[in-house]
Amino acid sequence: MSGMNIKSLLTLVLVVASVSLFAQADNHTDSSHEQAAQSENSHETDNHDDQDAHSTEGHHDECAFHHEQDPENFNPQQIAFHHIADANVYSIGPLQLPLPCILYSKESGWDIFLSNKFEFDRLGHGAGYKAFNRYVLDGGSVKRIADASFPGGSVAIEGFKHKEIVVDGKKKEEAYICYGGNEYKLDAKSTLDGGMFGGGITSFHDFSITKNVTAMILVTLFLMWMFLSIASAYKKREGMAPKGLQGFIEPVFTFMNDEVVEPFLGKKSLTYLPFIMALFFFILGLNLFGQIPFFGGANVTGSLSVTLVLAVITFLVVNFSGKKDYWQHIFWMPGVPAWVKTILTPVEMLGVFIKPLTLMLRLFANITAGHIVIIIFVSLIFIFGKVGTVPAAGYGAAVGSTVLTLFMMSIELLVAFIQAFVFAILTASYIGAAVEEHHH
Amino acid sequence: MLYLVDFSVIKPDAGLIFWTALIFLIFWFTVGKLAFKPIAQALKKREFDIQNALDEAGKARAEMQNLNAENERLITEARAERALLLKEASDTKNEIIAEAKLKAKEEAKKLLEHAKVEIDNQKNAAIAEVKNKVGMMALDIAEKVLRKELKGNKEQEVFVNQLVDDIKLN
Repeated sequence: MSGMNIKSLLTLVLVVASVSLFAQADNHTDSSHEQAAQSENSHETDNHDDQDAHSTEGHHDECAFHHEQDPENFNPQQIAFHHIADANVYSIGPLQLPLPCILYSKESGWDIFLSNKFEFDRLGHGAGYKAFNRYVLDGGSVKRIADASFPGGSVAIEGFKHKEIVVDGKKKEEAYICYGGNEYKLDAKSTLDGGMFGGGITSFHDFSITKNVTAMILVTLFLMWMFLSIASAYKKREGMAPKGLQGFIEPVFTFMNDEVVEPFLGKKSLTYLPFIMALFFFILGLNLFGQIPFFGGANVTGSLSVTLVLAVITFLVVNFSGKKDYWQHIFWMPGVPAWVKTILTPVEMLGVFIKPLTLMLRLFANITAGHIVIIIFVSLIFIFGKVGTVPAAGYGAAVGSTVLTLFMMSIELLVAFIQAFVFAILTASYIGAAVEEHHH
Repeated sequence: MLYLVDFSVIKPDAGLIFWTALIFLIFWFTVGKLAFKPIAQALKKREFDIQNALDEAGKARAEMQNLNAENERLITEARAERALLLKEASDTKNEIIAEAKLKAKEEAKKLLEHAKVEIDNQKNAAIAEVKNKVGMMALDIAEKVLRKELKGNKEQEVFVNQLVDDIKLN
């Protein structure tokens, strides 16, 4: 009975999703002709207005909330980057849900509100029709109007405009909003890369409960509930055979304990077991959660910020538990000629930092790559169907894309486990090396 | 272009870093302390208990085997003893029978001897009685002869012979 219900529900979801996708594509094609005509006009006026270094092109220079898709400007890379990015809205299928925004700027201090203040479409892509206290929602993420002359409070805006400029030979995109006949430049939130990846400190900081943070909270609450109930089952059913959830998790737990924690940490395993297990289940839970289709697909473990935190915590745990032997092996390797030590010491010192760095990058790259590949496979439908203008080819590509996506998803399922395992086993080996006592 | 988004996931974001650190540390400390450690200890204890139970079962089995061997030995011993007892009993029986036979023979011999003596005695008594009777008869005859002598010799002679024949008949 229940199997039937689930099946029919799934079919319904798929039908709704595909209908809405194709409906959107059709809308796009209907309006793209008008838009094209419009854009030609505005293109000319723009060129007359400002003929500076800005290389403007196509739809960029029109103020709109929805930039239309056509076969020429369909860019799967941008779609992929949008989908793996963090956002201030949570999307379940095409549905967009508001999330709390916690924003700080030097000028106006803290602003805390729900992101539906931006009045974005419930079934859209996160473009807010209103600005609030000089913050706007562009492509799902909060941006700030840099110009202090822009009014505070809730203000209806006229649209967004994206320009591609060249700074020092690098292409860079700038976003603007149109309001009262003027264009106002938007600042993206501050990032800590120091300009290395095109970010940097801007006029505001975003401490919001974003999509990734929401996913993290959901997964953590679920894991807490699961493990606390399992722990109580061990207390209540002491000396009895495992049952239910307990029996489901126990093999995984035992595997991690016997293959990862015990071999590397030996007598100290009970001290470090909570950390290794927390890492493993936290990463695994988030890896798997990000792969649930139509459920946000939050790319949490594919964000460098998240893997950075995990790697830094690992770094701290490893080095704070480092014994005399560990530091001796780094700074003055025993049993090695002095001239070798002059080479070995710098290498070992670099290794202290490279180890967590590789942990950070490996997890980030694997999960992000998986998400991107799946999005690109789905995009194949729109590339072959020329964004709805050639539906037959689109349907054909949908069949191939489904097969490829299914294949990729099963691989990603494997990767989710492997990466969580690899992170945990490497952490265990680093801690193991740090607490080991050598006997020469 | 649909969205203006770059490869934002690679940019470390202070907000996400803050929340990740907070959530992970809470997860680590609460679940680590309240779940992972107790679960690991419970598993270790159970592993220990199972090993103990297995060891004890092994020991019990060994003891059982020892017990069986002992029983076997006792049974064989009992059998041997029984056989011995039976043999002894049959020996005693034979002895008793033999003795009884011997005694019976002796008794019979004695009885026979007694009987012989008795018979002899009886015979002697009978012979003595016969002798007495013959003597008496002889006396009778002699008396009768003596009385007949008075009548004739020939007749005497017939008469004596007749008497002698009478004795023989007796």
